[in-house]
Amino acid sequence: MDRTTLDLWVGIFVAAGVAALVGLSMKVGNLTSSNLGVTYSLHADYENIGGLKVRAPVKSAGVVVGRVADIHFDDTTKAAVVTVNIDTRYHFDKDTIAPIYTSGLLGEQFISLLPGGSDENLKNGDKIGKVQNALVLEDMIGKFLTSKASETNDKKAE
Amino acid sequence: MFDRMNRGLRNIGHRFIDRIWRLGSASRFFFYTLALSGESLRRFHLTVREIYFTGVLSLIIMLVSALFVGMVLGLQGYNTLQKYGSSDAIGVLVALSLVRELGPVVTALLFAGRAGTAITAEIGLMKATEQLSAMEMMAVNPIARVVAPRFWAGVISMPLLAALFSMMGVFGGYLVAVPLLGIDDGAFWSQMQASVDFREDIVNGVIKSFVFGIACTIIALFEGYDAPPTAEGVSRATTRTVVNSSLAVLGLDFVLTSFMIG
Repeated sequence: MDRTTLDLWVGIFVAAGVAALVGLSMKVGNLTSSNLGVTYSLHADYENIGGLKVRAPVKSAGVVVGRVADIHFDDTTKAAVVTVNIDTRYHFDKDTIAPIYTSGLLGEQFISLLPGGSDENLKNGDKIGKVQNALVLEDMIGKFLTSKASETNDKKAE
Repeated sequence: MFDRMNRGLRNIGHRFIDRIWRLGSASRFFFYTLALSGESLRRFHLTVREIYFTGVLSLIIMLVSALFVGMVLGLQGYNTLQKYGSSDAIGVLVALSLVRELGPVVTALLFAGRAGTAITAEIGLMKATEQLSAMEMMAVNPIARVVAPRFWAGVISMPLLAALFSMMGVFGGYLVAVPLLGIDDGAFWSQMQASVDFREDIVNGVIKSFVFGIACTIIALFEGYDAPPTAEGVSRATTRTVVNSSLAVLGLDFVLTSFMIG
């Protein structure tokens, strides 16, 4: 089959279209950052995970080191069991604390890993012992109000 | 009085039944095209030729409109986001609205206007000048030889055009946001990458444009094939292509979005 300039144009068009798709996934989307390579998984039990979602980032010192793989409710302990996948390049010791933080005032929630001082590292399937629940705005307002109320009571007592 | 009312009712009923009738023949036409598309895939140069006419020649209008759509999104978004002190999120706004909605939908609407009308007019005129009947006389099935290559060309072109549209739109938004309005370059891209999901947003956008490609092309082909073989008939069919494709795209968009979000 002889080639024509028409084929060339169609070739350019298809190549540009595919390049745009790849560009969209790489530059606009999060395909590059979601590929963490080889990972190992850890578990953590929370009383309250707030608005944490599957695929939320797991950060340590602000760097994404993994992602939330699964969240489910444990009926016996009545706690939320969060499974996170951590890149095998990063190691965390057994005293690591895993609080749930919010990025910005109204941003998405993520798990932060604060390293402790233990010599032993967490292995695949281990449970992170020390956790800190997500901040719930209603609880905070409730605490604030009760503390205000007790303050005014103290003043009256004086 | 009663007679006139009767006639009006009969007219409405006639129109309704006619629509249903056309819907039925359009569906039959669609399956017939699918069944006979073996040849257009085996002799792929037929399809390549049509990709040139539907895809490559639509590129200029797509890219120029995408650039302006992106720039307008950038300006409008900045104006509103700035009030809430979150003008850094402009990249997210531009990228999400383009990848999820505007990319596939505006591409499909432009495609209906640019390529769909051309397909309808071409096939309508082929029918009016009895080229299709001539093919049948030579034992060439016009659906396999004329309709199917154009169908596949449209289905292949649409997702590629939509991807190019989204990319160009994001670039347009970038042009307005970063050099013109002074948003930080890093914040623009990093916030965008943090919120645009590959599976949820980009793949869903491609699925949408693929469905729109099928709908727009089959409507254009059917209107052309079904057009009365007169000058007036072809002109009416061309108008109907644009109207029906636009309605189909917007309706399908709602259905697909509710599936994807729900």
